[in-house]
Amino acid sequence: MPQTPTATDGQTASVAGGALGAPERRAAPAARDGTPPLLSVRDLKTYFELDDGTVKAVDGVSFDVMPGEVLGIVGESGCGKSITMKSILRLVAKPGRIVGGQILYRPDPHGRAGGSGGEIDLTKLRKDGRRIRNIRGGEIALIPQEPMASFSPLHTIGEQIVEAIRLHQDVSKSEARAMAIERLREVGVPSPEQRVDAYSWQLSGGLRQRAIIAMALSCHPKLLVADEPTTAIDVTTQAQVLSLLRDLQAEHGSSIIFITHDLGVIAQVADRVVVMYLGRVMERGPVDDIFHAPKHPYTKALLRSVPSMDTEPRVALPTIEGSIPHPLHKPTGCPFHPRCPEAIPGLCDVKVPALRPKESEQPVACFLYHREVEGE
Amino acid sequence: MSETGAVNTVPASAEAAPRAADARTRPGSLARTLPPERLLEVRNLKKYFPIKGGFFGGTVGAVRAVDDVNLHVDTGEILSLVGESGCGKTTTSRCVLRAVNPTSGEILFRLGDDEVVDVAKLSDRELRPLWRNMQMIFQDPFGSLNPRKNLFDIIGEPLLVNGVRSRQERMDRVAELLGLVGLRPEYMHRYPHAFSGGQRQRVVIARALALNPKLVVADEAVSALDVSVQAQILNLLLELQERLGLSYLFVAHDLSIVKHISHRVAVMYVGKVVETAPTDPLFHAPLHPYTSALMAAVPQADPRRRGEMIRLEGEVANPAKPPSGCYFHPRCPFATDQCKAEAPALREVRPGHFVACHRAEELDLPGVQSGSAVQAVAQAQG
Repeated sequence: MPQTPTATDGQTASVAGGALGAPERRAAPAARDGTPPLLSVRDLKTYFELDDGTVKAVDGVSFDVMPGEVLGIVGESGCGKSITMKSILRLVAKPGRIVGGQILYRPDPHGRAGGSGGEIDLTKLRKDGRRIRNIRGGEIALIPQEPMASFSPLHTIGEQIVEAIRLHQDVSKSEARAMAIERLREVGVPSPEQRVDAYSWQLSGGLRQRAIIAMALSCHPKLLVADEPTTAIDVTTQAQVLSLLRDLQAEHGSSIIFITHDLGVIAQVADRVVVMYLGRVMERGPVDDIFHAPKHPYTKALLRSVPSMDTEPRVALPTIEGSIPHPLHKPTGCPFHPRCPEAIPGLCDVKVPALRPKESEQPVACFLYHREVEGE
Repeated sequence: MSETGAVNTVPASAEAAPRAADARTRPGSLARTLPPERLLEVRNLKKYFPIKGGFFGGTVGAVRAVDDVNLHVDTGEILSLVGESGCGKTTTSRCVLRAVNPTSGEILFRLGDDEVVDVAKLSDRELRPLWRNMQMIFQDPFGSLNPRKNLFDIIGEPLLVNGVRSRQERMDRVAELLGLVGLRPEYMHRYPHAFSGGQRQRVVIARALALNPKLVVADEAVSALDVSVQAQILNLLLELQERLGLSYLFVAHDLSIVKHISHRVAVMYVGKVVETAPTDPLFHAPLHPYTSALMAAVPQADPRRRGEMIRLEGEVANPAKPPSGCYFHPRCPFATDQCKAEAPALREVRPGHFVACHRAEELDLPGVQSGSAVQAVAQAQG
């Protein structure tokens, strides 16, 4: 897969809708030829106000999703990857709240939600308003982690896909049913004419995940948000689902935000990678650089601590000291400093490093590379 | 594995209602059937779960969760059981612990030099001395610790149950165990909620080690942990194994972890062991197409090795209605008419390398390394 260069943080200026790139253009240096990102997350802050204090689940996250690329978000539990996803879809439940930042979505000029072709700031939309409901499922669709929990056991998968189609498209029931069968065929469900009338509990794990993908694709979304879509399934099924996602993405040219904790999966599917830790972006860049020239000590440590097929057996793996802090007791300064082997005393434990350089393809939030402090 | 046909020297009727003391001394005759280094030997183990009429019109059958499994663990050895969900690896490990009662088969376990018991035939009362020697590490460190008990109670409970009445003695042992798993002894008065997932898993390990077991059954012991913590727990498990001379039956689905930790590996598919071998030959020169496919499906953490992920078509067979012949034949790219008709037996193709495949000798299957390693092995074979 060709790499799509990173768009830069500074590029938030509105761009005429006509300039929006077709998916085929993804190989071109998008940031430089003026193709705007499909989605720009800018300094997003999503906090949870609890009785015990405020959990800053997402605390100043910025990244871009270019048209037709797969952006991988990788991180361990508590890093805020799922809350970022929920913020984009405006599904953050109380007591969670987006308290700052922007999520700029640039739909197609002919899109239903945009109309004008300009930017929509998803954080400004009413949470349960008509506009976000048109976008959610229609233009930005979710592939959830648990296919079992995502389907209603009381309705056939066909009924549920038809419902999703008719919610966003003006078609008759029989037309929608034909479309549902077509989507199921496309994701490799065998004999879709029969399976369309099956209940989710009659399908195997792999087929259920395919059915979920069919439902997510039912309205040809421009952006698919896949939240750990293969975590609950076996390796051989995972390989099938990953190659299916890649094929579909190449065919439709939609963008994918792929959220996972599995570095192996990220290496296989992503064009660019965002590494998150405790609600902040530690580093982001093209997938090859993240895996072969990582900068942030956290990225380096994460890559080293995974046993691979090539590591020496039964030899102690390099580990990251300590454990992930409780979200209510985040360390001051750089969130990673208590576990970082290269932490600079008096600096890393006091000040929060900014994600710099802004114009770079691989910015990093670490004082080993620059001295720019967040917010200054 | 090689002597799977060995005769059970204890008549089943004699085991009907023996006293606890009897059970541990009498089966001396069993001891001779096990090589001295062998700690556990599972022979022809079967566990069928009955299906009582339901969604599909009341047909009554059986789910063959474990179907004629043979395997063994030597003292100080780590044997991994791998396979996809539903392959019977967890049920096998539960049968070994007698957490579920096997349908048939023998589970020979060495309690001492001259003491070997058939776990499958022990009565409930006789299981307690056995469990002292066999312990379990669970997958979910959040579900396996009682939130209302502090670490002293949690880790000290197996000691109390097994007759350590003195509180001071238990406190000393708990402190020692906490130190062993890398936690501070003063944590013993804290409750599980104060600990992270990795620390909780250390507590689970300390509890499992409280009675100096010989065999530890670890069912997906690290799969619920974060990557950065997973490495710590894997290191701890390896260190404890070496220091205490433990044996592990390590149940896992993650092949990278299995390759890292085990001495030997048994691959299961739909209730049967399809291949078992020392780790190195299994990963570098697998003999069963399923093993090879399983390895090819593991996503490599390297974007430069993208083409290498090969997908296996189809779905895992239904253990209630398995296909004819070799259970893997509907998904196997090498299947012949023989595979459709005859179920292959597990046989020793190379020393220590057992496989259940009709075509094991003729196939040249890729392992984890690139083609060169496979070719090297093939050349060595002549």
